[in-house]
Amino acid sequence: MSVTSTPDSQVAAGLSGLLPGLDLIRADFPILSRTLADGKALVYLDSANTSQKPQVVIDAMVDHLERHNANVARAMHQLGAESTAAFEGARDMVAAFIGAPSRDEVIFTKNASEALNLVANTFAWARGDLQLGAGDEVVITEMEHHSNIVPWQLLTERTGATLRWFSVTDDGLLDLSRLDQLITERTKIVSLTWVSNALGTVNPIAAIARRAHEVGAVVVVDAAQAVPQMPVDLAAMDDVERPDFLAFTGHKVTGPTGIGVLWGRGSLLEQLPPFLGGGEMIATVSMEKSTYAPIPHKFEAGTPPIVEAVGLGAAVDYLAAVGMDAVRAHEEAITGYALAGLGSVSGLTILGPTDAALRGGAISFELDGVHPHDVAQVLDSRGVAVRAGHHCAKPAHKRFGVQSSTRMSSYLYTKPAEIDALVEGLEYTKHYFKVG
Amino acid sequence: MDLDTLYQEIILDHYKNPHHAGLREPYEAEVHHVNPTCGDEVTLRVHLSGDGAEAVVEDVSYAAEGCSISQASASVMTDLVIGRTVAEAASLHEEFLTLMQGRGTVEPDEDRLEDGIAFAGVAKFPARVKCALLSWMAWKDATAQAVATDDKEAHR
Repeated sequence: MSVTSTPDSQVAAGLSGLLPGLDLIRADFPILSRTLADGKALVYLDSANTSQKPQVVIDAMVDHLERHNANVARAMHQLGAESTAAFEGARDMVAAFIGAPSRDEVIFTKNASEALNLVANTFAWARGDLQLGAGDEVVITEMEHHSNIVPWQLLTERTGATLRWFSVTDDGLLDLSRLDQLITERTKIVSLTWVSNALGTVNPIAAIARRAHEVGAVVVVDAAQAVPQMPVDLAAMDDVERPDFLAFTGHKVTGPTGIGVLWGRGSLLEQLPPFLGGGEMIATVSMEKSTYAPIPHKFEAGTPPIVEAVGLGAAVDYLAAVGMDAVRAHEEAITGYALAGLGSVSGLTILGPTDAALRGGAISFELDGVHPHDVAQVLDSRGVAVRAGHHCAKPAHKRFGVQSSTRMSSYLYTKPAEIDALVEGLEYTKHYFKVG
Repeated sequence: MDLDTLYQEIILDHYKNPHHAGLREPYEAEVHHVNPTCGDEVTLRVHLSGDGAEAVVEDVSYAAEGCSISQASASVMTDLVIGRTVAEAASLHEEFLTLMQGRGTVEPDEDRLEDGIAFAGVAKFPARVKCALLSWMAWKDATAQAVATDDKEAHR
């Protein structure tokens, strides 16, 4: 790490890995120039919660609503054709962004939670090879977001299967020492996060997928924090190391809320039963029985979030133009700078790995003697937006014996001066609460 | 945004030195309440004497984990309700609730709410109102259970 202590903007200016033209990137995000109460500048360090939106995304959505709005796939008129082309075009852009082997394997959902629930529910209803029952096991990890815990608790309760957990080491890494005992012939599904939203840990998906595939298990990856900040190229992965399902959400990749993505292997998506029933997902309906549309539409019942898909397409197109390698390098530089800055605050403890190369851009921490709610409140009064609480990862917090934490999270538009503002805010917080 | 509106000295004092903290015997009802959005938790016990509306709150003991607002509120709440009848305490609860839900427009009555008036500023921070109400809601729940238990026993 090039920066070790006393962060200041001059040191930061020499920080390698920052996006070139960071000021121009920031200018793409109109919200970053607004001010808050008392004229305070916005220091947005809550991007792991939701990212801000560039003007191109806002414009793409407004243009669609102003000029092309119609329902998709069923309107026999010019607007319908335009809207369908925009919606399906967004699917192509998303497929290209994650390197999906086939664009038909990209299913639009309403968020990452729905994508994970789609997999867990359809497995609960599956019969034949994919059916789960007593004696079967589903393996998840202690560092999951509640969205990747509760659906599997429900699945195992409904099928009689057993839920097992990877534990987390003191350093905040997955404990892989018992990999072969945890993932066995009894394992039917392994579901884990690629990048932890609470600890920041980047998990070794390839190694775990390789082991899971050896025993014939299906691998589900929660990529809600991974897809926004690192290059993902599914087609380039070795087949045995590639997950079978990958879920992420639009609003964390500079897109709008209300749209998420499930990518799944075509062969599995074809085998699994439908999720929701309704329009769009059928081939034909009679009073006796219905048959279903081919993937991806089999899993997209009802009118989809059309303008949200268009916005997501513009978002991933924007990120692709910046370059995900460059975004990752920027995140790593900012994260390293933040780890050094936070490390300079006495009484502050970081949860998770402290090496920027091993982690994502979300850093959770505790400040001795001040509750995270109060930390966030004081920071907010200075315009610094962070998250405080359990970040929907209660087992991960329990693992470290804490009830909640404060979390800062950066993105491609975060500048070193914002980290300085956070560190100054934390010193002020300690002063305000008379600790340290 | 004036932080001092929220963090009155009285609140910080109760936070640093909470009154009636810890779990004690005897008690007729114990509840565990959580604030699902932030994870704040309180385990709270109520000990009553006497019957019905004339029942007196003999003790309220608690173990709480949470922010300064939720911790201080638990402390102030125990000061207010211990030694009062259930009916009086319930009316103070109503008054505190009205203050908290008033978005800063309600003028608190110091004779009634004592240190509780320090929370008037919290009402201007909608995200923190639930912090101030956590222990009060736990007290209301535990008291209702204690009264119900008492009624059942009386009917035996």
